[in-house]
Amino acid sequence: MFEFLAKLFGKDSGGSKNIAKERLRLVLVHDRTSVSPELLHLLKNELIKVISTYLEIDEQALEVFLETSDNQVALVANIPVRGMKRLNGELAST
Amino acid sequence: MGEVIVITSGKGGVGKTTTTANLGTGLASMGHQVVLIDADIGLRNLDVLLGLENRIVYDLTDVIDGKCRLRQALIKDKRYEGLYLLPAAQTKDKTAVNPDQMKQLCEDLLKEFEYVLIDCPAGIEQGFRNAVAGAQKAIVVTTPEMSAVRDADRVIGLLEASELRKPALIINRLRPKMVRHGDMMSMEDIIDILAIELLGIIPEDEMVVISTNKGETVLSDERAKSGQAFRNIVRRLKGENVPLMELDGDGLLTRLRRFIGLK
Repeated sequence: MFEFLAKLFGKDSGGSKNIAKERLRLVLVHDRTSVSPELLHLLKNELIKVISTYLEIDEQALEVFLETSDNQVALVANIPVRGMKRLNGELAST
Repeated sequence: MGEVIVITSGKGGVGKTTTTANLGTGLASMGHQVVLIDADIGLRNLDVLLGLENRIVYDLTDVIDGKCRLRQALIKDKRYEGLYLLPAAQTKDKTAVNPDQMKQLCEDLLKEFEYVLIDCPAGIEQGFRNAVAGAQKAIVVTTPEMSAVRDADRVIGLLEASELRKPALIINRLRPKMVRHGDMMSMEDIIDILAIELLGIIPEDEMVVISTNKGETVLSDERAKSGQAFRNIVRRLKGENVPLMELDGDGLLTRLRRFIGLK
């Protein structure tokens, strides 16, 4: 019955355009980020700043990049930790 | 003070030249002084779409090289008072011109014309940089296909980087029936992805092929849906608030007929 109505009202939910739209979205995530490597650079610097408040990290070995798997894009950050900071005292003073 | 508008797309074959020709004839038929620049050096086509291919003597590079005066290179369209074409050279390539020269050319044309429309070549290399150099506004043409929308997205990024913010979008060759069946991206889908202002939608229309064959623009065809769509876009360009036209001619009745097999 639903199919009958859908056909009558001209609405076909299983169309190929959703595939196109999804694929396009994914492609654009990459296109748009590849246009601005400076954005990743800025992000990386901000990350270092924030994380350094809590941990001692190896800034030289730090990696930040976008990775695609199946149908998702992930921001991957590989951050080697050298040691922990003693938080209590320092945080209290800031 | 006039306006310099570049019509661009990234991908080839989506209708930049057709759009330029139609917007030009539309603005001229409303009484404006309009010049169309074919910036596709080496692959000129705007002359053919306007039916002016047999009247070219000088071209854009001749003007820039100082081989003729600007006025000498402009071809007047006899059917539309106030419409002129500055054709591209056919035997040279994109490197024959640089962005500074194009900027100067646009400034010179603005002294005499209210609208300067630039037909940008496909691609994002020097031809693109030349075409956008002197522009104050940009129109991005796309079709409801992945590749065209993707290239449009890239071009929008480049336009914004060259300070042509807020480009307007024209969606060309939309097929309402396929959209209805969920097999073609709709206007909403495309705007959602590109996130820019919509200037208009042109339905796929055989009349475009027929008028192009004759060296005419479909805009002057009263019966053609695509002509109506172009006329609406021209009015929007002038700042009028024109609602989007009804593209889907199929009412419930025709769908009912099709369903029970009468059509």
